[in-house]
Amino acid sequence: MADSNSSRISFTLPSSLDSVNKIELTAEQVAQRAGFDEDTIPHVAMAVREAAVNAVLHGNSYDTNKIIKASFETTSDSLIIRISDQGPGLDPDKIPDPLAPENILRGSGRGIFLIKAFMDEVNFRQLHPGTELTLIKHRTPAQPGT
Amino acid sequence: MSMKVQTRQVDGVTILDLSGRITLGEGSVTIRDAVRDVLAKGQKKILLNLGDISYIDSSGIGELVSAFTTVKNSGGELKLLNLTKKVHDLLQITKLYTVFDIKDDEATAISAFTK
Repeated sequence: MADSNSSRISFTLPSSLDSVNKIELTAEQVAQRAGFDEDTIPHVAMAVREAAVNAVLHGNSYDTNKIIKASFETTSDSLIIRISDQGPGLDPDKIPDPLAPENILRGSGRGIFLIKAFMDEVNFRQLHPGTELTLIKHRTPAQPGT
Repeated sequence: MSMKVQTRQVDGVTILDLSGRITLGEGSVTIRDAVRDVLAKGQKKILLNLGDISYIDSSGIGELVSAFTTVKNSGGELKLLNLTKKVHDLLQITKLYTVFDIKDDEATAISAFTK
């Protein structure tokens, strides 16, 4: 049910770094409007940026024929962001642990880890083709929303 | 804002003063090229000054790690200087804080390089 604290924005964008930057900026603005504090807003923006980079780079491989979708939904108790691509699919169980000693000096592979570190919930859904990531950050009673 | 690099020499140490964002497609390649150029000149003591880095993402972190291993594999040393709170926190979360040699003071950092 919609209420005064609820809103939803969605985009369909090409597979480009400009799209990543637009999604990141939107995340920052939405998190700010939702009343998150100044420490949390950049964390949400970074998690969303990492999800968008995954979609463009690892999902769609910069394929200009493929699009990414992003939606931002603010409810009375959460900020819910969904990012999807049209790539071959991502199995989260097969992502190496970047904190493991054998991986600590790898030059990549920290994106999903950071998303999980900064969000309260992260869910993966296979779209056949593609992957949808749902990122959730819970609002606290101190965040009235606007 | 894209990333900028300025290079200077102090007591045999090459200091790269970085400013802006280190992200995929922005600063990542710039760092890689800058470190490669320094190594190509035979300068193997490199101090990355991150004091004016406003933002870094996982690609940027990966690029710092790659720079560290590239310099180390070339027989050199790479240290980090002046981390902002954001970068500091990210290196803590990713457990890289203990991998890098991190200094808060330029003079201390320079004297910490092998003579």
